[in-house]
Amino acid sequence: MAKYLLRRFIQLVVVSFIISVLAFLLVHLLPGDPTAVILGPNDTPQNKAILLHQLGLNKPLWNQYTIWLTAVFHGNLGQSYLNRESVTHILATGFPIDLELIIISQVIAFAVAIPLALVTSRRPNRPVDNVATTGTFGMLALPPFVIAPILVAVFAVGLHWFPATGYVPFSQNPASNIHGMILPSLAITAGSIAVYYRLLRSDLISTLQEDFITMARSKGLSSRFIMWRHAFRPSTFSLLAGAGVNIGALIAGTFIVEYLFAINGLGYSLVAAVNQRDYLVVQGISLVVAIAYVVIQFFIDFLFTVVDPRVTRG
Amino acid sequence: MPDDRELSNTHAGAQLLSDRVPGSAAFDELVVSRQSESLASDDILVKKPLGFLFWFALSWVGLVVILALIANLLPLPNPNYQNYSAINAPPSIHHLLGTDDLGRDLLSRLIFGARVSLVVGFVSVVVGLLIGGTLGLISGYKGGRLDSALNAGSFVLLAFPAIVAVIAIVAFWGHSLFKITVILTVAVIPLLYRVVRASSLSFANRDFVVAARTMGATSGRIVFREILPNVIPAAVSFGLITAAGVIVVEGSLAFLGLSVALPTPSWGNLIANGATNGNLQINPYIMLWPVLAMFLLLLSINLIGDRVRQRFDVREGLL
Repeated sequence: MAKYLLRRFIQLVVVSFIISVLAFLLVHLLPGDPTAVILGPNDTPQNKAILLHQLGLNKPLWNQYTIWLTAVFHGNLGQSYLNRESVTHILATGFPIDLELIIISQVIAFAVAIPLALVTSRRPNRPVDNVATTGTFGMLALPPFVIAPILVAVFAVGLHWFPATGYVPFSQNPASNIHGMILPSLAITAGSIAVYYRLLRSDLISTLQEDFITMARSKGLSSRFIMWRHAFRPSTFSLLAGAGVNIGALIAGTFIVEYLFAINGLGYSLVAAVNQRDYLVVQGISLVVAIAYVVIQFFIDFLFTVVDPRVTRG
Repeated sequence: MPDDRELSNTHAGAQLLSDRVPGSAAFDELVVSRQSESLASDDILVKKPLGFLFWFALSWVGLVVILALIANLLPLPNPNYQNYSAINAPPSIHHLLGTDDLGRDLLSRLIFGARVSLVVGFVSVVVGLLIGGTLGLISGYKGGRLDSALNAGSFVLLAFPAIVAVIAIVAFWGHSLFKITVILTVAVIPLLYRVVRASSLSFANRDFVVAARTMGATSGRIVFREILPNVIPAAVSFGLITAAGVIVVEGSLAFLGLSVALPTPSWGNLIANGATNGNLQINPYIMLWPVLAMFLLLLSINLIGDRVRQRFDVREGLL
């Protein structure tokens, strides 16, 4: 097993390295540079040249990349060109917000999707199953930017149950922090529920036809026991793979929710930095996002070995 | 009784799934060992009727497409004409769906806006399938170095936060309908490539392919005449779901002001306008109609994709 995980780990390190190159190239190869944002559009070419020299942006690309990467290995991600805020600081404030959004929304998604799939897969294509399955199609058709304004209109403006915008740091007041994160999390959870439910349901349906389930039934075990102890674990492959892809897409993919609820998470910082050509911020955040993605994939690979130790063979 | 259809498919699906678990040869082996067990049930499929929902979905998509095509011929006011004597008007005989905060006719904006959503969603997926699908078809069948290189490349591209790249490129290259469509096409290619490759791979060593090879068929003939017809259902059902995703991305771009330039209507632009500037409280109709239209369109596309998948036995793990 250690060998299997080591091999997966090396692959993922290579992937995150390539992604750091891609993030670097993405910002540097697009037309324009940060001088127009810093100096304004009407400054002289001389000033522009001086600034480019000061920022080290007149060096060859590969040279800029190695300088940046060396600094990264020393723990220095640089600072924003615009407000001199260090990239580590942006990450330290933004990353916990994204993490919290993802954790709350995914906990809700699993808490809804798993029991629902366990119930409906026992009698597929019956009324309960049809209603639940059609309902999840509805959830797939509700993107966050549709759910968020409706949630705000109903629960914040109408009922005053939750705040409409704003973010209170967890360290300041844990209760109002979680209180404020519930609506944003709900806005992104619908899609996840739909995906997880459908993946788990179809795997469970096929597992329930296996011989060992018939065997368990004929031993007289209760349905509930069979579901949890025999059927659930071997049916979670698609669910785990789907969760890896889905959570990977949510890191920095929650920018629209952050924007609508005025939360300064990583996703929105990244979008803003791209618009301002704030190279070091974009590179720093992309790198961390890529590494987070890799860590999640690695964790999912590890879970595969727990679900079915046979994956480590070969 | 459990559904036979769900059962018969475990194998192709599991194999496809293994491709989503990057580079796990061990997992493939596990899957292959499970594969041989239930191919036998392939021939006891009973076609399930498509059902009312499917026909409803198909009619909604058809209606939206036709209205978008003939928008110029319909007796609609100019979607950008601002009638200051009818600002935020409720639905009436003059404005069937009401007007927005600038006095523009909402029905007209909704119908003209459908053009953007449809073009962005379907053109990018069709072109993406032509390019990514062809590559996937060949690399899944041929294997070897080309396959390894393309497979690794697509995995890296999928690990990169695509939405960030899309936003960066749209922000600096420009946001005309053409450019947005091109960028989203490039963004969906690795996704569609992987689906088609996985499907192609699962057919590459089936008996009928081996038989064709034994009879001396060329690779080109095997790929396009033997494998392609079997891959099409997976490609179509996944392509439909991708199209729904791309339509959502257009909406997200609109909230950042990066969809087609205002005042050109697109469903994303309409929803963004209805959800911001306090319009949701003053005049909920601005957001209601495009949200309803988009909800029904996404629902319909997903439903059609799912029925295609069921009918042709594509397993859900793949999607």
